Amino acid sequence: MHLARHLRIALLMTAVTTVLLGVVYPLTMTAIAQLLFPEQANGQLIARNGVVVGSRLIGQGFSRPGYFHARPSATSTPYDAANSGGSQYGPTNAKLIETVRANVARARTDNPGAPVPVDLVTASASGVDPHLTPAAARFQVPRVARARGVAPSDVEALVEAYTEGRTFGFLGEARVNVLELNLALDATLVSAR
Amino acid sequence: MTLNGWLQIAFFLATVVLVTPLLGGYMARLFTHQRTFLDPVMRPLERQVYRLTGVDETREMRWTEYAIALLLFSVVSLLVLYALQRLQGRLPFNPQGLPAVPPVLAFNTAVSFTTNTNWQAYSGESTMSYLTQMAGLAYHNFVSAAAGIAVAVAFIRGIANREQETIGNFWVDMVRASLYLLLPIAVIGTLVLVSQGVVQNLRPYDTVQTVEGAAQVIAQGPVASQEIIKQFGTNGGGFFNANSAHPFENPTPLTNWLAMFGIFAISSGLTYTLGSLTGSRRHGWAVWGAMAVLFVAGVTVAYWAEARGNPLLTTAGADQTVSALAPGGNMEGKEVRFGIANTALFATATTAASCGAVNGWHDSFTPIGGLVPLANMQLGEVVFGGVGAGMYGVLVYVILAVFIAGLMVGRTPEYLGKKIQAFEVQMAMLTVLIFSLVILAFTAVSSVSPGFGTASVFNQGPHGLSELLYAYSSATANNGSAFGGLSANTPWFNTTLGMAMLFGRFFMIIPPLAIAGSLSRKKVIPASTGTFPVTTPLFTVLLVGVIVIVGALTFFPALSLGPVVEHFLMHHGRVF
Repeated sequence: MHLARHLRIALLMTAVTTVLLGVVYPLTMTAIAQLLFPEQANGQLIARNGVVVGSRLIGQGFSRPGYFHARPSATSTPYDAANSGGSQYGPTNAKLIETVRANVARARTDNPGAPVPVDLVTASASGVDPHLTPAAARFQVPRVARARGVAPSDVEALVEAYTEGRTFGFLGEARVNVLELNLALDATLVSAR
Repeated sequence: MTLNGWLQIAFFLATVVLVTPLLGGYMARLFTHQRTFLDPVMRPLERQVYRLTGVDETREMRWTEYAIALLLFSVVSLLVLYALQRLQGRLPFNPQGLPAVPPVLAFNTAVSFTTNTNWQAYSGESTMSYLTQMAGLAYHNFVSAAAGIAVAVAFIRGIANREQETIGNFWVDMVRASLYLLLPIAVIGTLVLVSQGVVQNLRPYDTVQTVEGAAQVIAQGPVASQEIIKQFGTNGGGFFNANSAHPFENPTPLTNWLAMFGIFAISSGLTYTLGSLTGSRRHGWAVWGAMAVLFVAGVTVAYWAEARGNPLLTTAGADQTVSALAPGGNMEGKEVRFGIANTALFATATTAASCGAVNGWHDSFTPIGGLVPLANMQLGEVVFGGVGAGMYGVLVYVILAVFIAGLMVGRTPEYLGKKIQAFEVQMAMLTVLIFSLVILAFTAVSSVSPGFGTASVFNQGPHGLSELLYAYSSATANNGSAFGGLSANTPWFNTTLGMAMLFGRFFMIIPPLAIAGSLSRKKVIPASTGTFPVTTPLFTVLLVGVIVIVGALTFFPALSLGPVVEHFLMHHGRVF
């Protein structure tokens, strides 16, 4: 019943709509986006002294004591921005609990006695989460100040300055961009060793 | 849970309520071929499409012809997507030089995107070329959504028609949904997303030197143009592996709201279209009300569970309490900018509708937090549901609800003046039974097959069963989200999940079209004192009851062996 006719339409329709929605639309949008928002459309890369050091939106790993450390990343090598992902640990997976326990133990050596914020010891969803909660950033202030030989209050002030509030005061969560904070540290408070 | 969290949830729902009459009224005009404000731009383009493809836009189709056109379009476009993946290595827009996608995976992905599922057994940034993403995957995000909307509109016409053989023209409905609805939303939405930081380029991946001197490769691509239609078309297939958790797909709380709003906008609007075209706006809102009740129940449970956190993490020394400086809760597999409330809300919305995009990993949710998305899919994704799919899905439940009400009062059930008879109820039950059978049978076989089934399970204990149950629920319900620990890129899972997606799409489309055809032919009989009104809160309650009872009876045993038992074990400190 009308099979041949509809088959012919199906073939032509696939071709026509693919060209329109699958080629013309995305290429046009790419051109407009590059024209109107060149920064954002290309990933907001940040350069320092002429070297591109990362993207404002993509987290990267920090391990030196003089930098704020980002959240644990579960990508195959941490902070792999070409293969994003999380740990996929279920809530009763023994490996999850072991990993968190080890992360807590490491964090406690930085700031003994203080409660360890949960985001600092759990893996993010993307593996490239660029942010920390303000609590997780403040937790690291004593270590960073010690390593840089500066007053904790100066570091604290910088964290405060780099804390981004909720959008319109209520959307999302307050957060600190780790890469931007660390670049600001290097720019204003004694270079990390 | 915090006041601010609830405020965000309320804001989201309020925006959905506001858009419902706007989009719904627009769609009612669009599909009754009245003039719209986009006619000056789109009408010439629409005519050109018909001219090039040989569509006669005045031709009306019976339900069988409508179904055949839809099936042929699906088969042809599926084969093209398969070929595109297999040939991508030799085609342009492939700056990373990604090779051909292996055959079984290409089959699974072609089925997945054609059926509006967007289940992903691959990692986007390391598997798919820019051309495959644009002309293959994002393309299907448009047309699979448009096909779903077409079926919903055909069903609504069947209800509204009086003694007519035909229910519309599939090609015209599909083209109009694409050109007048999805494309304009996508064009404007892309620019909003890019302004917020979603990338849109064709450049090769960047290699940067991090502050501590390591090399970091940053994946790029034409993301925004795909992201917007992925959300508004309830497709859900991420450009990147991390989907809407990836900062280049979903960089800010504002894009996150837009993503969630997109999931519900069209489906919610369709309830208004239903009311408009059947001449009973209150019926549209009564159906909307049932969806809203189920949604609020789901998000409340998910938010509560995730905010309460995982007691095992507390034992391990992590501080999960809420403070002014941190949202606390179960942050494993979640992003800081979204926190607990927005991740629980996103998870509930994406599975209530058949979207399947995720902004956090459902596999790492607490057992009860993970039960909500699972149960949402098992209810058949009728809580707003996929674009179109949610509408024809809920109409099946409406017919069952009216039928049950008819049984209770002992009269022939009527629905908006149409007698509901054996044929309609048989077709409605057929969809419900096939849906459950596919999920439970495949899960059962996988769970007792160490060689090819349980070998893919990542988390042990009851959570392992949840992973399997989630995979088949997601595929059959055409959702596409996953308990991502499961290694699904195997011949067994690629094949059986592919089959589940096909069953879940076409056995959920053909019986409703048959119902539409049958209803369309019927006479309208005037309402009498024995007619059960479908415009009242009582009807809303009945509809919620039928949806919950059918879902609970079918899936409760399986759920009790997965997330429910894991919840109690977790609180007893048991790990696996």
